[in-house]
Amino acid sequence: MYAYDELDRTLINERVSEFRDQVKRRLSGELTEDEFKILRLQNGVYLQLHAYMFRVAIPYGTLSSKQLRRFAHVARRYDRGYGHFTTRQNIQFNWIKLAELPDALADLAEVGIHAMQTSGNNMRNVTSDQWAGVAPGEIEDPRIWSELIRQHTTLHPEFSFLPRKFKIAITAAEHDRAAIKIHDIGLRLHKNADGETGFEVLVGGGLGRTPFIAKTIKPFVPGRDILSYIEAILRVYNQYGRRDNIYKARIKILVHELGIEKFAKEVDEEWKAMGDVGLTLDHTAIEEVRSRFSYPAYEKLPHMPDELKQAAHDKLFERWRKNSVSAHKVQGYSIVTLSLKPVGGPPGDATAEQMDAVADLADKYSFGEIRVGHEQNLALPHVAKRDLPALFKALDRLGLATPNVNLVTDIIACPGLDYCSLANARSIPIAQELTRRFANHDTADLIGRLHINISGCINACGHHHVGHIGILGVEKNGEEFYQITIGGRADENAQLGTLIGPAVPYAEVADVIEDIVEAYLALRDRPEELFVDTVKRLGVEPIRERVYATR
Amino acid sequence: MPLVKQGRITTDLFVHVADGAELPGDGAVLVTAERFLADPEALLRRSGKVGVIWPNSRNLEELVPHLDRLASVALVFPTFRDGRAYSQARLLRERYGYDGELRATGQILRDQFVFMTRAGFDAFEVKKDADADAFAATMKRYSVFYQPTGDGRVTALNRRMQLRHSESAGQ
Amino acid sequence: MTSPLEQKKIRITGPSVVTANRTWDGAVVYRTAKQGWSTELADSAIVNTSDEARALLAEATADDVGAVGPYIAPVELKDGGKVKPGNLREHIRAKGVTIDLQVPA
Repeated sequence: MYAYDELDRTLINERVSEFRDQVKRRLSGELTEDEFKILRLQNGVYLQLHAYMFRVAIPYGTLSSKQLRRFAHVARRYDRGYGHFTTRQNIQFNWIKLAELPDALADLAEVGIHAMQTSGNNMRNVTSDQWAGVAPGEIEDPRIWSELIRQHTTLHPEFSFLPRKFKIAITAAEHDRAAIKIHDIGLRLHKNADGETGFEVLVGGGLGRTPFIAKTIKPFVPGRDILSYIEAILRVYNQYGRRDNIYKARIKILVHELGIEKFAKEVDEEWKAMGDVGLTLDHTAIEEVRSRFSYPAYEKLPHMPDELKQAAHDKLFERWRKNSVSAHKVQGYSIVTLSLKPVGGPPGDATAEQMDAVADLADKYSFGEIRVGHEQNLALPHVAKRDLPALFKALDRLGLATPNVNLVTDIIACPGLDYCSLANARSIPIAQELTRRFANHDTADLIGRLHINISGCINACGHHHVGHIGILGVEKNGEEFYQITIGGRADENAQLGTLIGPAVPYAEVADVIEDIVEAYLALRDRPEELFVDTVKRLGVEPIRERVYATR
Repeated sequence: MPLVKQGRITTDLFVHVADGAELPGDGAVLVTAERFLADPEALLRRSGKVGVIWPNSRNLEELVPHLDRLASVALVFPTFRDGRAYSQARLLRERYGYDGELRATGQILRDQFVFMTRAGFDAFEVKKDADADAFAATMKRYSVFYQPTGDGRVTALNRRMQLRHSESAGQ
Repeated sequence: MTSPLEQKKIRITGPSVVTANRTWDGAVVYRTAKQGWSTELADSAIVNTSDEARALLAEATADDVGAVGPYIAPVELKDGGKVKPGNLREHIRAKGVTIDLQVPA
């Protein structure tokens, strides 16, 4: 956990009082909506179909039980009793009243939670691997760097009015769980030949109307220089990023239009011209932040405790354990993923009761810590293996033990037309129907790892381009239609999916997805070949033929 | 439109002179970049002070050779959301060492005052009277700053390290 | 549904209303004939020509403190004068989400 000190707390409180003043001026008419819109967006407040939507940051996906309980409180006190975890380590509340927002913010500020820059054309929440600090084989805990960058980019006087939003993600593991290649800046922590820690810097990734996979701009930037290097990228972008067309304003378009070499040259020149501007992170500065991350006092525990041996005969437990429990860097401990994708439920939603209960379980079994991942699930990062059977029972009662992590029903979906004022089509009901079609866990196990991603419009909040199967809602003559792509992926081998055929109407989406999955099962060369690998090996055509032959 | 300078509402001594309009014989003037660059020497020979309104899309290198003879540089915020002039301001102050008046003009609301001051602005053509009145109070809103800029405010990180240093020295 | 936020030219092809979200709480509201806002679609002023729509929208837009982002939305008039939302988006705004809200426990 990162412990906020007096300075961090003061800043958050100062931001709350500033926002209170802004809301007051809006409600009195002193600010027009046109003026206020930018101000509210800078603090995570959107206006959606039914109400204001309030997005709160969970920096690098780490939460304390106290903070999660406070989310439950906000859901109950100011909203309709639930919240929605997003693909960027945020939580959204869908029904907040503007007049009550300053109070909700003040309640969150008491536990070190804020909504600064969760929307607007500025630096968004810096995200990271939800297993940071506990995954085996990490270079080091990437959250140290996430926090350094978070602080540096919070209320930045130069970069709070960028051409468009700006997202950074960091990973320190071999397997990229932070989707760094679809971010404006992706950072991969690694060591160079001299054993020095630094970053491979990628730039220009992003989805939306014009999707791009990020390109490497510099293979190695030493850790001490990372803030100045990011500052150089942002300065080039702030000056040259397009402001004439909202769809061409992201850094990916600038990188694409200039070419990565030219862009890299601009950044390098700026970086050199900057000289020493106080951004070099010396050892003491890094250690200052590192010292405020605390780690549990792990016990010496056996690899295979008796409790686990005894529970092995329980089929339901075993199925869940194999699916949702992952290796921890400390012997005797596990990382447990809590699926927020129950059959028939809206992906990523949690009720206030569930949040409270998870907070209690975190206290009991995970040193009071919870993680949030971009797949819209939660995780308990430090569970002693001996406690797994008891935890399973508790989670099962809460509806949080669906053994579908990384399987076909672990769907990523944006809120879609049920909530969002930008959407063209609904996302959640499509996800719900798909979870019902694949409700049989044996079938899901047989299919294996398969990520379905659904977006309700081209803005791609459901990351459909990088779903193994991607579903994009569009509108045709007032009706909802869905384009389907296959073969995308968001990890270290990130790739955009390929369109499989003509768009299909709402009622046929689930049928087509079932047919695609059946085609894969027939075409894979062995059970271990994942859907995405079969598509890679065969291309789209054989699957297209089978799916569209009768359509 | 009130001008805030040195933290107070003050009389604007500069007259904005439109392109093509006749220059007053004396007194301080603000002219456009185009007009200035067409004949800088003629303008600078006048008895009154000269300031330049510099567009946020124009390369600063053209302005740099003249900086030490200018009484004001006005950077433009055509809309509230267009933040290019923040970068220009920091470059003028921190890279090119400009120490004359640095003025923000365009869509200026109180919500930008702290950012602008940190970027190096010291004069503000404020759109609303109420915002100009609130300048001093608004500037007191924040006491913690995460980033080093040319304004010299001590960053949170430096404060922490100083604290640590004094704690360990006291042991 | 093409977002009405991108509405540029005003041309209506059937009965329409002006709708927005109320500023203080974000609730869906409809412009009434009495130059106010109501949360009930039934209370809305119905316009039938582009000129009327333009006038109603201009009058609604002037109330920047009361409501946010007014735009013209189609409605259907049923027998007996009942007003129904004219498309799926407006149906969702009027009736709420089409999904079961609670995560099954």
